[in-house]
Amino acid sequence: MIPADCFARLPELLAGDADLVRRGRWLDVECRIEIGSEPFHLSLRQGALAALERGPRLMKSTSFTVRGTDEAWRRHWRRMPEPGWHDLFALTKRGAASMEGDLRPLLQNLQFFKDLLALPRRLPETN
Amino acid sequence: MAPVLDPMIGRYVRLDIDGTPHRIYFEEAGQGIPLVCLHTAGADNRQFRHLLADPEITSRYRVLAFDLPWHGKSTPPDGWEKTEYRLTTASYTAAIRAFCQAMELEKPVVMGCSIGGRIVLNLAIAHAAEFRALVALEAADFQQPWYDTSWLHRPDVHGGEVCAALISGLIAPQSPPVSRHETLWMYMQGGPGIFKGDLYFYRVDGDLREKVKTIDTGICPLYLLTGEYDFSCTAEDTLRTAAQIPGAQVQVMKELGHFPMSENPAKFSEYILPVLEKIATGSGR
Repeated sequence: MIPADCFARLPELLAGDADLVRRGRWLDVECRIEIGSEPFHLSLRQGALAALERGPRLMKSTSFTVRGTDEAWRRHWRRMPEPGWHDLFALTKRGAASMEGDLRPLLQNLQFFKDLLALPRRLPETN
Repeated sequence: MAPVLDPMIGRYVRLDIDGTPHRIYFEEAGQGIPLVCLHTAGADNRQFRHLLADPEITSRYRVLAFDLPWHGKSTPPDGWEKTEYRLTTASYTAAIRAFCQAMELEKPVVMGCSIGGRIVLNLAIAHAAEFRALVALEAADFQQPWYDTSWLHRPDVHGGEVCAALISGLIAPQSPPVSRHETLWMYMQGGPGIFKGDLYFYRVDGDLREKVKTIDTGICPLYLLTGEYDFSCTAEDTLRTAAQIPGAQVQVMKELGHFPMSENPAKFSEYILPVLEKIATGSGR
């Protein structure tokens, strides 16, 4: 399974984690996550995914974008990731991921987003 | 039923640092060689609670862990509300020496982690003869920044939560969840702007490149240990630093990150006990 297909499973992964939704309960935001060359648009409402749209969307407005290479996400999502691939900022430090836009909602809810973006680690297909 | 008590005892000591009166909180346990422990940036001495409770260590070391001024239960100096906190190489070095002097410690071992590891390198550069041995955890002469510290202290972002979330990735994934979250809890409790102020030392004022080459391990043995999951001070950063210091003993710790003593105390014991054994017996020289 390619990394983008793994990320497409985000709705069921987040819905299955009531604690993560609870921790994101103050959050309403539109953001864009790029898995390799594939963009995903997330609409988060009170920590839950109101919508996840895969693929380009013309003139879609978002607060911020997190993008990473296919390799970055694949290695990040291993059940026991290797050193240097195990955290979002480990990925940005090595140049395998980046963050752009208005980062305030990201930083205000940083642990939520780190945990959200690591959810595919739970898929058997990523290991 | 008798109360179940941890063995460490906490007290406050009054001392002057660069002429300013301070009330410093510390905890101690054990008897023997003084071992002074320095916590990481934005944290406090609770990171060392497992060392303070380890009879293999306290049977021959008097372990003392103090909270830096502005941290933990150490009171900020009078008039703190009118200043912006910034740690510097000079102020950090002065605080450690003042504590050792006030406590009348004779040639203590100093072990510090992260900023504590960096300042241990400065002790080795500038004051080696005052110490029996120096242990630098997660330390290097310099390391590349990996985020903008202006996010750490601003009214629209919760300082404690963003500090904890940022450093959470420095904990190894193998660390027990309870220890991981205890480590994060300490970061959530730091005073406003304190983590950022500590990082002034780490990023701006405390660049020890070139200076580490002057360290003489013949005067004072130096040990460097870094966790493989620490991407702030990477294993490569530590190995590069150690390669410039003849006689420095270096080890990369598997399945550990930036907070070895608190994120996985049992795993850290495997690495630190042999070091403390060498120091106690003098076999590391």
